[in-house]
Amino acid sequence: MDCRVKPGNDVPQCVWRNMKHDTFIRHLLLIVAPLIAAFAILPGVYDNHLLLFNFVIFLILAQGVNIIYGFTGYLPFGYVGFFGAGAYGFAIMVMHFQTPAPLAVLVAGVVGVLLGLLLTPLLRLSGAYFAIANLAAALAVLHFVANPALESITKGPYGVALNGTFNPTLAYVGAVIILALTLGIVVFLRNSSFGMALQAVREDAVSAAMAGVNVVKMRVIAWLASALVAGLAGGVFAWYVSVFYPDNVFSSDFSIFAIVFALFGGVATIMGPIVGVVILYGIYNLIGFTTPQYFQLIYGVLIMALVLFLPAGLVSLATRRGWNVP
Amino acid sequence: MSPDAKPILTVNGLVKRFGGFHALDGLSFHVSSGEILGLVGPNGSGKTTAINVISGLYAPDGGTLTYDGASIGGMASHKLVHRGINRTFQIPKPFLSLTVRQNVEVALAYGRAEVAPPALSDLLEQYHLAELADRPAADLNSSQQKMLDLVRALATRPRLLLLDELAAGLNPTELDWIAGHIKALAQSGLAIIVVEHLMGFIEQITDRVIVMNAGKEIFEGTLAVAVKVPQVIEVFLGGEHGA
Ligand SMILES: Nc1ncnc2c1ncn2[C@@H]1O[C@H](COP(=O)(O)OP(=O)(O)O)[C@@H](O)[C@H]1O
Ligand SMILES: [Mg+2]
Repeated sequence: MDCRVKPGNDVPQCVWRNMKHDTFIRHLLLIVAPLIAAFAILPGVYDNHLLLFNFVIFLILAQGVNIIYGFTGYLPFGYVGFFGAGAYGFAIMVMHFQTPAPLAVLVAGVVGVLLGLLLTPLLRLSGAYFAIANLAAALAVLHFVANPALESITKGPYGVALNGTFNPTLAYVGAVIILALTLGIVVFLRNSSFGMALQAVREDAVSAAMAGVNVVKMRVIAWLASALVAGLAGGVFAWYVSVFYPDNVFSSDFSIFAIVFALFGGVATIMGPIVGVVILYGIYNLIGFTTPQYFQLIYGVLIMALVLFLPAGLVSLATRRGWNVP
Repeated sequence: MSPDAKPILTVNGLVKRFGGFHALDGLSFHVSSGEILGLVGPNGSGKTTAINVISGLYAPDGGTLTYDGASIGGMASHKLVHRGINRTFQIPKPFLSLTVRQNVEVALAYGRAEVAPPALSDLLEQYHLAELADRPAADLNSSQQKMLDLVRALATRPRLLLLDELAAGLNPTELDWIAGHIKALAQSGLAIIVVEHLMGFIEQITDRVIVMNAGKEIFEGTLAVAVKVPQVIEVFLGGEHGA
C-alpha cells in the first residue's frame, strides 16, 4: 500500500483510498436511505408531527454524541450548549438581519462550530474533568444568552418569538436533511481510516501518535463535527418551534437524553444510537405521557439494567456473538 | 556497518527533569544506520525516559537531539514518526478494542512511510500474529502485544527503531527467534536501540552498548569490555540487576 503524502497536502491519501467503499455504500443504502425515507413519508401517515420532529432531533443529537463520545471517548455533558447556541444563532439572524430561515440554520451550524473552537482547550482535560467542564461551559453560554443586559440582542430571559419564519413543514424537511448529513458523517467514520484512527486515539493517544496520527488535530475535527450537527439541530429546532426561552433550548434534558440514547444502543456504531432513540424515546412517548408515574420507574430500571449487564449498549448483544454491527 | 558511518541520531547532553528529579542528566550517545546499540543500566537509570524523549513523548529540558541532520528535540511524536522514528513500549500499548489487523492498518494509513511499507499479511505472518488478525488486541497475551507494538512500528517504515524491553518475558526459543528478526532489520539498514536486561540477549545482538546510571552514560563500547570496567560492575552489583 502506498500512503505517501504530497508535500503541502496534509491529508494522507490513504484516508480516502482506504475507505471501505463497498460497506460505505451498503451502509448508506441499507441504513441511512431507509431511515431518511421513513421520516420523509411518516408525516403523511402519522398526525403527531411534533413527535416525529422530536425523533429526528434526538436522532441527530444522539449521533452527534456518538461522533464525539463513541469515536474519541469525550463525554459531552454540556452538549446542549451547541444546540442552544445554534438556536440563538438562528434567532439572532432572523430577528436582526431578516435572514431567510434555511440560511439562518446554516449560520446556527457555524455558531456551533465557533463555540466548539472556543472550547477546544477543554479537550486537554480527560474523563470526568472534561464532562464537568463541558457542563459548566454550557451553563455559562446559557447565562450569557439569558443575561437581561443583552436583551436588545438575545431578548435575554424573556425568550424569542420568530413569527416571520414560522413554517413547521419546511423546518421538518430541514431537520431530516440535517439527519441525513449527520448519518453520512457517522457512516464515513465507521468505514474510513479516519474513523479508525479516531478510535485508536480514544484507545491510546500515545500509541496513536506512534502510528503517525496527529492526535490533537483528529480530536478537534471530531469535536467540531459534533458541534456542527448540534448547532444545526438547534437552528432547525428554533425554526420549528419559533417561540422559546433560554431554558428550553439549553435544557440539560437534551444532553442527558442524547447521551443516554446513544449509550443505550451502543456507541461507535451507526445502528446503536438509532436503536437507542427508537426504543427509549419510543417508550418515553408511549408511557411517559399516559402513565408518568410508571415512566420514571421503568426508565430508571431499564437504564440501570443496561449499565449493569450491557455496558457497551444493546448492540453488544450481537457483537458478543461475533456479529459485526454496522 | 562501518564504525565511522555518519550517525543517524546524535544525543548530546540530554536533560529531562520530573519536578526536581533529573531522570536524564546530560546523556550523550549516537547510533548509525545498520547498527544495533544496546542501552543498559539498572532500573530507574533513565533508559525508558531516554526513549520517551527521543520519540517525542516528552520535550527535553536541555541538550540536543539531532536526527538525520535536523534538530528534533521537542517535536511532536507523530511528526517524528513521519520522519522515520518509531518505538515499542516496555508495557505494550495496543489499541485494545481494535482488531490486530486494525491496529496495524492505522499505522499503515497514517505512518506516511517514505517507501512502501511491508504488506500487512507478511508482517503479521513474520511476527506470529496472522492467526490472531481478526481478534481484538485485548485478547493477546503480553508478549503478543509487544509483537503487535513492533509490527505497528514497522508498518510506518522506521529508519530509527527504539525497542524498550521487547524481549522481557520471552522463552529461550522465542528470544533466538526475535534476535534473528532484530538483526535482519538492522541488516536492512535500520538503526536500532535496544533496551534490555538480559545480558545474553544484549551480547547476542548488539554491536555496541551504552551503560547508563543516574541519567547519564558511564560507558560506551562493546559489552565484553563493559563487564570488565569497575565502574560498570559497581553500578550493576549495587543495583538489583546482577546481569
Ligand atoms: N513521567 C514521569 N514522572 C515522574 N518521574 C518519572 C517519570 N518517568 C520516569 N520517571 C522517573 O525517572 C527515573 C527513570 O525512569 P526510567 O526512565 O523509567 O528508568 P529505566 O527505564 O531505566 O528503568 C525513575 O526514577 C522514574 O521514577
Ligand atoms: Mg524502563
